[in-house]
Amino acid sequence: LKKRVAFPLMGDYGIPATYLFKHIMSCEIMDIPPITNKTVELGVKNSPDFICTPFKYTLGTLIECLDNGANILIQLGGGCRYGYYANLQEKILKDLGYDFKMYNLVTAGITHPFRIYKYLKEIDKKVNIFKIFYYLLITIRMVKYMDLVDIYIRENIGFEKEIGSFEKLKKKMLKDFTKVKSVFKLKKIYKKYMRLFKDIPLSKPNKVIKIGLIGELYTLMESRANYDIEKFLASHNISITRFTNVTYLLFKKGKLSKRYLKKLDNVKYKMGADAMDNIYYTKYLGENNYDGIIHIKSSFCTPEIGAMPIIKKVANEYNVPVLFLTMDTNSSMVGLTTRLEAFIDMLEMRN
Amino acid sequence: MKIGIPRGLYFYYFNSFYKYFFDYLDIQLIISPKTNSDILKLGMDIAGDEMCMSLKTYLGHVVYLKDKCDYILISRIANYGEYNQTCTNFLALYDIVNNLVGCKIIDYNIDLKNKDKELEGLVEAFSKFKIKRSKIIKAYYYAVNQSNISFNKKIISNKELLNSNKLKVLLISHPYNLYDEYVGKPIIKLLKENGLEVIDCNYFNKDDCSHFSKHFVPHLYWKYQKEMLGSIGLSKSKIDGIIFLTTFPCGLDSLANELVMRSVDIPYLNIVIDQTESLSGFETRIESFVDILNQRHERNVKN
Repeated sequence: LKKRVAFPLMGDYGIPATYLFKHIMSCEIMDIPPITNKTVELGVKNSPDFICTPFKYTLGTLIECLDNGANILIQLGGGCRYGYYANLQEKILKDLGYDFKMYNLVTAGITHPFRIYKYLKEIDKKVNIFKIFYYLLITIRMVKYMDLVDIYIRENIGFEKEIGSFEKLKKKMLKDFTKVKSVFKLKKIYKKYMRLFKDIPLSKPNKVIKIGLIGELYTLMESRANYDIEKFLASHNISITRFTNVTYLLFKKGKLSKRYLKKLDNVKYKMGADAMDNIYYTKYLGENNYDGIIHIKSSFCTPEIGAMPIIKKVANEYNVPVLFLTMDTNSSMVGLTTRLEAFIDMLEMRN
Repeated sequence: MKIGIPRGLYFYYFNSFYKYFFDYLDIQLIISPKTNSDILKLGMDIAGDEMCMSLKTYLGHVVYLKDKCDYILISRIANYGEYNQTCTNFLALYDIVNNLVGCKIIDYNIDLKNKDKELEGLVEAFSKFKIKRSKIIKAYYYAVNQSNISFNKKIISNKELLNSNKLKVLLISHPYNLYDEYVGKPIIKLLKENGLEVIDCNYFNKDDCSHFSKHFVPHLYWKYQKEMLGSIGLSKSKIDGIIFLTTFPCGLDSLANELVMRSVDIPYLNIVIDQTESLSGFETRIESFVDILNQRHERNVKN
């Protein structure tokens, strides 16, 4: 039996992930279908009642992959409930009658490099440790560059003269990224595109509305899960700041969150997942005179629910309006649009 | 000095420990009364809309106690080691109470992963009040021993229930739900009225439970869930059915209980309680569940 590997995606990060697996493994890596309404429907149908939304999205993707012929599934777990997704999803999919093997590379928010290597070796005997390190280095760089580009795009996409020019260029950049074979080449491409991004003509007014996007990680990073909220805000000429990205979560969080905790005087302990970080961001956004804050989370996200009243309190201290949005598996964003438009109108009136 | 302990969440895990500990230290202890509608309403008023019902009840107890004591004791329980984590609400409890209620708090931190132990936390918290460190340490070990003794007694009486002739159901629920006046107590009463013997999942040997939970929930890393669900392994041959009792929307139960429900081969009933619901809906469900158990039992006797 030929091994075909699949894994759930999150935002654009599917591109570096596919790049990594394609280079270190000799078995077939599936093209993962993007999340559509059908995916969500499949996920919702087979999920428990009050599980958080990312579970439903990823389960839907896994079902679609299995239908397309995958037989090895890879899932990564984070700290909170996310770490236990894989075990329940495996059981649900087995109950549905699929035949496959599932590997959970990270559980309980703890990464054991040796265990990950063992699993990879189990999937593919030809896995070479030097090759893994080589391409891992490139992938980490790639993610870092992607995040840097995204930060610039988010700030400026609302003011592009020709609509769609940022998006077009980004697509081209990601395509070029996947052809890279070394770190130096990657850096060269990144620098070239960064220059091109900065050359895109902008029409920025003197007074720009600045909004900070905070909240739960999956909903922030997967554009289907937040109904392309960034695009919607950009179409209303708003500059967006978002702190959460993979670079932050994987490499900076450990160090930075300790520093954040010291700077907050009304929070004493870490509150699980990104709750405490988001309270700090609220403070940061308030101190830096942002016009508004939008907090988005998936439904039933416990850490964020605990943090929300505190975020509200901190925002009130700095007199910044906050909009709390809970994203569930609706198929359209009609209800969301009115709320966002009202919020934006309010911000414009305050200016 | 009066110390108040809200009757909710961690209180039910340290119930007898607190009693003996503060008795030894000669500190007056005020425990909030059993949950009633006034307390529930106090909690609902200040809590976030989406918080779980257990947390809302707890906050109600805190608000009730606010003016009746000098300090409120909060133990922040993060984990008992890498693979023994607790619910996120336990992690954030101190900060939620501090920001929402704003009362004087004594707190100590249990976070074995980062080497914050219970004893050290208690010593640090209470040595501020000019109590000798040695006395606190003595009180701690005294309280641990005494509470272990009473816990072991309960394990034995719980084991005896397993041999009764009635139909037996294992009631799986967190102690803070099970012994709550608004969640668990009415359900237990209903079950007993229907002639069932209720086995409490919390009175089993904790280490055995954690070990046995591996069969049902492999690689689970939540301490309380492991201890609850492991009790199925210890009693499975003797019970007739399982009842899962959860408050809406318990995050960890939604995953772990679902996994168990998909793998057990005896009848089970999943009850989710929200603050708006009245009991009448559950009566029919429990009655029909009891009917199923009875029919199964009769069939087994015939064969």
